[in-house]
Amino acid sequence: MRRKPLRPLAHIISARQNGKNPDFIEAKERSKRNQALQLKTRVRAENRLLVLGLIFIIGFSAIGGKMAMLASSSVQEVRQYNTGSKIINQRANIVDRNGNILATNMSTQALYAQPPLMIDPKKAADDIYKIFPDLDYERLAKNFGSDKRKFVWVKKSVSPEQQQLVHDLGEPGLLFGNREMRLYPNGKLAAHILGGTRFGEEGVRAAEIVGVGGVEKYFDKMLRDPALEGEPLKLSIDLTVQAATRQVLKDGMRLMNAKGASAILMDVNTGEIISLVSLPDFDPNNRPRAAILGDPSENPLFNRAAQGLYELGSTFKIFTAATSLEKGLVNPQTIIDTTPFRWNRKTYKDYKNYGLTNSVEDIIMKSSNVGTIRMALAAGTSAQKKTLKDLGFFEAVPVELGEASRTKPQIPKNWSDTSTITISFGHGISATPLHLATAYSIVANGGFRVKPTIKKIDFGNLSREQVISPKTSKQLISMLRRVVSEKDGTAKMAKVEGYEVAGKTGTAEKIKPTGGYYDDKVIATFASIFPASDPKYTLVVSLDEPEIEVYGKNRRTAGYTSVPVAAEIISRVAPILNLRPIVPNNKMTYTSISSQ
Amino acid sequence: MRIFIYIVCSFIVITMAYWAYTENYTTQASIRRVEELNRLVADEKEAISILNAEWAYLNRPERLSNLADLNFIKLKLVPLAAQHFTELEVIPMSPRRSLVVSSPVLVSSDGGKQFP
Repeated sequence: MRRKPLRPLAHIISARQNGKNPDFIEAKERSKRNQALQLKTRVRAENRLLVLGLIFIIGFSAIGGKMAMLASSSVQEVRQYNTGSKIINQRANIVDRNGNILATNMSTQALYAQPPLMIDPKKAADDIYKIFPDLDYERLAKNFGSDKRKFVWVKKSVSPEQQQLVHDLGEPGLLFGNREMRLYPNGKLAAHILGGTRFGEEGVRAAEIVGVGGVEKYFDKMLRDPALEGEPLKLSIDLTVQAATRQVLKDGMRLMNAKGASAILMDVNTGEIISLVSLPDFDPNNRPRAAILGDPSENPLFNRAAQGLYELGSTFKIFTAATSLEKGLVNPQTIIDTTPFRWNRKTYKDYKNYGLTNSVEDIIMKSSNVGTIRMALAAGTSAQKKTLKDLGFFEAVPVELGEASRTKPQIPKNWSDTSTITISFGHGISATPLHLATAYSIVANGGFRVKPTIKKIDFGNLSREQVISPKTSKQLISMLRRVVSEKDGTAKMAKVEGYEVAGKTGTAEKIKPTGGYYDDKVIATFASIFPASDPKYTLVVSLDEPEIEVYGKNRRTAGYTSVPVAAEIISRVAPILNLRPIVPNNKMTYTSISSQ
Repeated sequence: MRIFIYIVCSFIVITMAYWAYTENYTTQASIRRVEELNRLVADEKEAISILNAEWAYLNRPERLSNLADLNFIKLKLVPLAAQHFTELEVIPMSPRRSLVVSSPVLVSSDGGKQFP
C-alpha cells in the first residue's frame, strides 16, 4: 500500500508562498489518517462481536433447548419391577362348595447356577449336595466344572430355609429365579379329583403351570384364563364330607383286607359329586410318575371310581326290575319262578335256595339270580338295552374329569340272549362305579336324567328329562329299602338310625386276565340311596378283593364287606350334610353333645 | 403503555410456564405413587394368598381331627351323629331372667340417645 506522506512537498511550498503555516497541512493529513484507521478498527471490532455473539447464541440455545426437552419429557428411569408379585395368582384357585381352598399357588424360588461366575465349582457342588442330598452329586460336579455350560438348573423349587442356606454359601454363581408353585394344602384328600400339575414352559423368571390330571387338566384353560381375573373354580366337593368319607373308607379297606376301594357320594337331584375317593391315592403336591410297567389299575394314580371298569354284579338287578316295571309286566308283588334256570347247556342257580317262587320285591331283597333272569327274558333284550342306555351305561360318564371321559363302558358287541341273561344280574357288562352312582341317582330322584358334575351348580337350571316314571322310581326305592330293612335282606348291616338307607349289594367275581373268573377274588359293591322316604344322596362303595373272617368263615360278599363300610360312611356323613334324622313318631330326645 | 403491556404479557407467560412445569412434576409424582401403590397392593395380595394357603394348610381336616383326638380329654369332641340333632322344643332352655340395667350407656351413633 502506498502511504500518503504527512507533509506533501507541493502543498507545503504553495502554503509557504501564501504565507500560511505548513504545520496545519500536516495536522490535517494526520487527522485524516487517524480517521481511516479508526474506521477500520471499528469494523473489525464489530465483526468480532458478531461472531462472538453468534457463538454465544448457539451455545445458549443448545443448552436451553436441552433444558426445554428435559423439562417437557417425562423421566424414564430404569426400574426394577417386583416380578414375584406379577406372577403370583397366575393360575386360579380351586375351592370346595363352601369356599375352602383345595388348590392354591405359592411363590417359591428355583435355584440355578452359572458355572462361569463360580469361584470354586468343586466346593459349590459339595455344599449344594449337603443342602439337597436328593440331588445327583456326579451330575452337579460335572455340570459345575464344565467350561461349556453357561447355565444349569439345580432345583425347581426351594424352600425359604434352603434358600437362606444357599445364600450363606456366598457363591456368586448360584442364583435364584421366581417361581409359582401349585399347592394342595389338604394333601392326599382329594387327590384323584384335583389330579395335579407340572411345570410347562420354563424361563429363568417364571414357569408355566400345566394341569396333568383331574380337574386341573380338564379346566386347565379356564384356570389360566387371565380374563377371569383369578376367579376360583368352585367344585361340588364338600371338604368335610370328603375327609370323613376318605377316613372311613381307608379304615374299612384295611379292616376288610381289600387292596383298593372307592366311594362316590352324589346329589341325586343335581348330579353334583359331593365326595369321590379312590384308594390307594397319592399326594398331588408330589404327583408320582405314571407307571410304565405293570398293571395301570394297580397304580395309585388310577382313579378306581371314574376309570375302573368292573362287572358290578347284583347291583344291576334293580335295573332289570325297572325294565319289567316300566313295561308293565310285573308289579312288586308279582310272583316269579325261582327254580334253577337252564340255558344253552348252562344252569343258573342262586347263592342259596330261596324256594320255588318269590315276589319281585323278594327277588331284589334276597338277590335271586334266576328270578332276575326270568324277568329280563320276559321283558326282552331291546327293553333291557333301552333301560341301560337311558341310565347312561352306553357312554362314558360326562363328568368334568379327563379320566372319566376316556373310560367307555364295555358292553357286548353281539347282544345275544345269553348276554341279556348275564347282564340282568350285572355280568358281561363293565362300567365304572361312577356309572352306577349316576344310574342309582336316576332311580332315586323320581326318574329324571342326571348329568354328573364336579362343579358346583345352581339348582335352577336343571334339565328335567324323565327316563323312568315316578311311579316305577317309587316302587324301586321301596324295594331297595327292603334290602336293608328286612331280616332276609342282603344289606341288613346298612341300617343307619335316622337315615333310612336303601340299596343293593353286588358281589362280582373278578375276571382273570387269561379269561374266566377267579373264585376267590371279588369286587364287592354296595349302591345305596338315603333317606329312602325322600332320597337326597346316592353312595356307591366298592371294595377290591375284600376278605374278612366273620363267625369263623372267610367272607367276601358285599353284605359283609362294603355294606358295613357304607353304613359307617352314611352315619358319619349324613349329619354333616345337614340331613334331618328321621325318627319314629317324629320325636327326638335330647342328648348333650358335650359330656362335660 | 406499550411497555406496560409487554411487562404484563411476560409476567403471564412466566406464570403459565411455572404452572405448567409444576403440574408436569406433580403428575409425574402421582404416577410414581400409583406405581408404588400398585406394587404394594400386589405385595399385599401375595401375602394374603400365602396366608390363605397357610390357613387352609393349618385347617386341613386331617390335622383338625388329630388335634381333636389329642385334646379329647379337654374338649371331648366326637364326630357329629344323628343323635346330636333334636327338636328345638326339646332343648331345656335356661330360665329367663329379667335384665336389670344398672348403668345405662350413651349410644353416640344414635344422636346420643340413652338406652334403655
